[in-house]
Amino acid sequence: MSEQTQSTFFFQYKQIARDGLWDNNTIFAQMLGLCPLLAVSNSVINALGLGIATTLVLILSNMSVSLIRNIVRPEIRLPVFVVIIASVVTTIELIMHAWFHELYLVLGIFIPLIVTNCAIIARAEAFASKNTIGRSAFDGLMMGLGFTLVLLILGAMREVIGVGTLFANAHIMFGDGMQWLTIEVFSDYEGFLLAILPPGAFIGLAFILATRNFYMQKRKQKKPIKQAMITEAKHC
Amino acid sequence: MKTSLIRNMLISATLLATFGGLGTAMVMTTYEMTKDQIEASEKAVLLRNLNTIIPPESYTNKLLEKTLLVPEASQLGNKGETTIYQAWQGKTPVAVAFAITTNEGYSGEIKLLIAIKANGHVSGVRVISHKETPGLGDKIDIAKNDWILGFNNKQLVKSKTSQWKVKKDGGIFDQFTGATITPRAVVNAVYKALDYFNHNHEKLFLDQEKYQQLYGPSSPLKASMSEKP
Repeated sequence: MSEQTQSTFFFQYKQIARDGLWDNNTIFAQMLGLCPLLAVSNSVINALGLGIATTLVLILSNMSVSLIRNIVRPEIRLPVFVVIIASVVTTIELIMHAWFHELYLVLGIFIPLIVTNCAIIARAEAFASKNTIGRSAFDGLMMGLGFTLVLLILGAMREVIGVGTLFANAHIMFGDGMQWLTIEVFSDYEGFLLAILPPGAFIGLAFILATRNFYMQKRKQKKPIKQAMITEAKHC
Repeated sequence: MKTSLIRNMLISATLLATFGGLGTAMVMTTYEMTKDQIEASEKAVLLRNLNTIIPPESYTNKLLEKTLLVPEASQLGNKGETTIYQAWQGKTPVAVAFAITTNEGYSGEIKLLIAIKANGHVSGVRVISHKETPGLGDKIDIAKNDWILGFNNKQLVKSKTSQWKVKKDGGIFDQFTGATITPRAVVNAVYKALDYFNHNHEKLFLDQEKYQQLYGPSSPLKASMSEKP
């Protein structure tokens, strides 16, 4: 591989990483996958669980879609993607149920929720159906991590304000050895119910988006940069 | 022109059907591969849960094999039959355990596993699944709070049934700050289960055969099954 192609190779992957984590983040920029985000972000551990499961599904569905991208005809591509995603999610659920039973008991309820995440079909359509397997898998990983990032921020916010702890119940996911992870941010905290209930999710997300927009505007005023291309603007 | 349209339609339909078939085959294969493992894992989890409420050193039989099916009863809250797990120390009955479901919770069903000693005292209660508000109602779960241990060794005495309420309703059980409905539902479910036990005490340690001889088949379905050799 010559130096020239090697640098474009790295540039491409760097661009994919940047897109997934920040510029074209599923939540920040595309506003996709809000339903699972709002439903499960009431504690950091729940958020982490959904994040990991979604990332796994994104990688696998992106890879399978990329693999068949030259066989499928455009007029039937969407139903085919739906079949693939549904099969992948069900397979992962069954495998987890059988061999990772402990983890399944924690994440089990989130797995079917992943099907409601339209970020997955959006990535299949916008990226994986046009790119190689390697790049699609990497895009799945980065989009998944970007989604997990927002989940974690919102989860941490709601957990601290709502019950005054962080990483509560870490032992359910990581085993009893990780009990020390749980941090009591405020001792003797009465709790603030609103933050844990659904309205807290909407208000919290609004604050996060406003902060990001404020920061982006500030940066744009300093030096006008090329805005990230938002390829998908579907809402769900 | 027309034939090419039909041709295209046929190709598309075949492709779509192929992918549908592939997806179904994938799920089917995984299901077949994981079926036994899932059953084994669930049994292991059930046994582990049962062992937390009936100490494993207190009984000598195989808990998951010594079972009795009893017909639907309003106190148990279960649709259809309920499986009673019997714990025996040799020939002495130690305790029974069974799963009960209540839908008096704040959101959705709460599934409880309750074990009652032969003398009518509670051996232990555990929440198996629930959808209560995280951080509030979910304190009924042993992983989050040890509230549920408050039932241990309690019994239902006829003159003191009014005790079986949360403190807010004049009983002896704690409620949680910001969540009264959830603990109220659990207390009530355990109360009803104890009531059921007290009324059916002599039946619950019987063999399935003996039970059916004395009280008839637990359900038509069960009757037809027992006719098989």
